[in-house]
Amino acid sequence: MKSALQQLLPKLVLAPTTLILVVCVYGFIGWTALLSFTKSRMMPQWDFIGLDQYIKLFDNPRWMVALENLGAFCFFFILICLLLGVVLAIFLDQKIRSEGALRTIYLYPMAVSFIVTGTAWKWILNPGLGIEKLIREIGFQSFEFRWLIDSEMAIYTIVIAAVWQSSGFVMAIFLAGLRGVDESLINAAEIDGAPHYKIYTRVVLPILRPVFFSAIVILLHIAIKSFDLVQSLTGGGPGYSSDMPANFMYTHAFNRAQMGLGAASAMVMLFGILAVIVPYLYSELREKNG
Amino acid sequence: MGTENTSYVQFKDIQKSYDGETLVIKGLNLDVACGEFLTLLGPSGSGKTTCLMMLAGFETATHGEIILDSQAINNVPPHHRDIGMVFQNYALFPHMTVAENLAFPLQVRKIEKTEITRRVQNALEMVQLGQFGNRMPGQLSGGQQQRVAVARALVFEPKLVLMDEPLGALDKQLREQMQYEIKHLHEQLGITIVYVTHDQTEALTMSNRIAVFNDGVIQQLAPPDVLYEKPENAFVAQFIGENNRLLGTLTETTDDTSCSVRLDSGEVIKALPINIGKTGDRSQISLRPERVFINTTAENCTNQVRGAVEELIYHGDHIRARINVCGHDDFIVKVPNSASHSLMQTGESVTLGWQVEDCRALDDLA
Repeated sequence: MKSALQQLLPKLVLAPTTLILVVCVYGFIGWTALLSFTKSRMMPQWDFIGLDQYIKLFDNPRWMVALENLGAFCFFFILICLLLGVVLAIFLDQKIRSEGALRTIYLYPMAVSFIVTGTAWKWILNPGLGIEKLIREIGFQSFEFRWLIDSEMAIYTIVIAAVWQSSGFVMAIFLAGLRGVDESLINAAEIDGAPHYKIYTRVVLPILRPVFFSAIVILLHIAIKSFDLVQSLTGGGPGYSSDMPANFMYTHAFNRAQMGLGAASAMVMLFGILAVIVPYLYSELREKNG
Repeated sequence: MGTENTSYVQFKDIQKSYDGETLVIKGLNLDVACGEFLTLLGPSGSGKTTCLMMLAGFETATHGEIILDSQAINNVPPHHRDIGMVFQNYALFPHMTVAENLAFPLQVRKIEKTEITRRVQNALEMVQLGQFGNRMPGQLSGGQQQRVAVARALVFEPKLVLMDEPLGALDKQLREQMQYEIKHLHEQLGITIVYVTHDQTEALTMSNRIAVFNDGVIQQLAPPDVLYEKPENAFVAQFIGENNRLLGTLTETTDDTSCSVRLDSGEVIKALPINIGKTGDRSQISLRPERVFINTTAENCTNQVRGAVEELIYHGDHIRARINVCGHDDFIVKVPNSASHSLMQTGESVTLGWQVEDCRALDDLA
């Protein structure tokens, strides 16, 4: 009797979580998938129209702008984050004083929500309030920095804010990686005659290849999911010039009574993320088991 | 010690402190001759590795001067010192093939490509790994990896090679084999090697001279045979080889070749005065186990004492007998495996004897 209860207990404890997960995550993914094949507008309706919503989606110029923005954002966000993160980590790794304090300062933006980051940077980048006004007040009257209201450049203000928030995190990952590199390897490279920078380019960074890989995957899925930062910084504007797929989905599903189209865009995003995560998980698990 | 023109490496009055309070190296003076194989031997924490790291340039001396090839190198960074080094955990670059590992020191020295290929192949053949250039370090055994590490330290033809417990991670048989290989490489190439180990057998087998470290001070610097047969103080006697010690008080110093020590248990032993104070001071008698004779063979010895056999351990070529002598129950005697040992039984009372010149009166450690 007792042993039967003991066997059951783990399952009982896990049951509520599993139930919530199955219904609220996987259930609603299925629900969304179903909706994406229907004519649903304001409310769900069950007229199945096959792939029509997907065809409409890729004919939609606003969606294509969102995809282009996502591409540009991913590229610059990841590139700059990696560069800054690696450089900061290498600088912090030079046995400097008060490293702990600096590390905390660089990592701290991570503790702030994207909403706060977006709002703060909205003020900083606002030509009438922030950097432009400051520099003009110093005396440079012709200074212009108005990316926020430039439909060509607005997406890059999001890159700036996202880099500010995330590069400290990348630094932390790389710092941990650098600390994990066997010191005798660095000593060996040094006594072999390699100058300081070559120790990093030839020995340390190649050894950290798995860390690059992890950092890229983490940043990529942050990028694809990014919604709140866009919403609070540019609101997708000017016009829809800085829209990203998540904002497109939200706007169409909830504001513009295009639930079917919104669901289709959500599914495309899901597959985008799966395309990144699945190979990563696969290689991670294979490493662990093999 | 080494005259000015032959010493290749010199430590002059070196002191080292990590925290600014306690000295881990206390006023070290050491000369290494060109082409010498010098071993720094000592227990962990004795300062031997710190010494090596200062020579390599990874640590800076708090005080004093290190001279390499008649140039002060205190302010020369490691990558300009042209010293080869072998690390305990091999320190091979895991993302490069064996050949790329060996090419690395040559590439950073901007040596021509064809020359690099030639030298890498030579170095690989020198350590009998000619066919392994394309392997990754992870695909090699520990012994092979250590050979690659040795080859990498030699490939840019440095005059001085440092080795920091290079054989510590290998099993006993491989370690002994590598000891001979490194010794032969040293003889072939005529390089200077400074070798750090805590393994006294390794030090005795390989070195021209050994510096025994303890507590940041060189206790004795001498060739292996001198170190073993003529230890100058109780620490060296205890650390190198097996040693029996008997504690007592110095009662009389006859001349340079003889003194008398009254043991705590009452017996008076005649010994060689090596490192003793004045009459009445404490002293330690040091005696190698293989220099003690038993029963009939002990009859001609100057020093004779009675003891009880506590334990007999069979070692094949000899028998180790642990005997309770003069109040010490850890007195070891090595009895050659001949007919005589069969006479001994545990618990039996025996006569032990040894000559004056085999037992050395040293300082008292305790």
